[in-house]
Amino acid sequence: MGRAASGCIDCPALPVKTDAQGKTYPPFEYEVGKEKIREYAYAVGEDNPIYFDRAKAREAGFRDIPAPPMFAVVYSAGSVGPAVLDPEVGINFAMMVHGSQEFVWGEPVCAGDTITTETSVKDISDKGGMAFYVFESVSRNQDGREVVRGTWTNIVRGAS
Amino acid sequence: MQVELKVTPDKYLPHRYAGASGDFNPIHIDPEFAKQVGLPGNILHGLYTMAQVARANVNAAGGDPRALKRLSVQFRGMGFPEQEITITGSVKEERDGRVVIDTEAEQGGKRIIRNAEAELETG
Repeated sequence: MGRAASGCIDCPALPVKTDAQGKTYPPFEYEVGKEKIREYAYAVGEDNPIYFDRAKAREAGFRDIPAPPMFAVVYSAGSVGPAVLDPEVGINFAMMVHGSQEFVWGEPVCAGDTITTETSVKDISDKGGMAFYVFESVSRNQDGREVVRGTWTNIVRGAS
Repeated sequence: MQVELKVTPDKYLPHRYAGASGDFNPIHIDPEFAKQVGLPGNILHGLYTMAQVARANVNAAGGDPRALKRLSVQFRGMGFPEQEITITGSVKEERDGRVVIDTEAEQGGKRIIRNAEAELETG
């Protein structure tokens, strides 16, 4: 069997490559559109009229149509994606699962905002034959106020 | 405060969520591909299910999305379209006008999200 991916019980365990730890990626800018919010809100089953009706949103005290909290994945994706795909990080995608996710929200995001997200490799570690790749994204609006901080943990099975 | 939400994503939900989120990984939208890689069928996006957990908590807090300050989840197990998902949660701790809700999402007897913790501003 030698180096076959499975059934190899006598291969020495290779420690997970951690060179990319601390690496940061260029900022990604996303302009939030009212119709994109509508599309997202509809897809996730939101029925609160603030996501669809500008007058209702303003009545509720928003500058414009607000984005549902989990819309964070839409404006963060362009920043987090390249970090996860970075060959220097070296994730084995065939064995990868999205293990856990955290968001911490700040200033609400509304249609018309420009959100800039920066991602870094927060931690790479291994435990019990699994490798943990933790990315942190920080998103700010056009006024420099933090709108969300995301912690994205991807787990790769069959690591050292 | 009690959190409870039931939702049954329809057959084409993963396609709508793919378009809305930009995640077109074929394991979510192509049943044939999903079977080829050993899955029973196309699976829900984990972040869609997390959005249901977020929605359940926001609804419990009265519907204002600004109430949701933090949400962390662990993805454990796959979710499927055309099966009901039940999201439940209850207060774990309460302090300084904020409550922490322990939440989970279950489908067909399996917990597909567990150890979810939502922090809601109630003051």
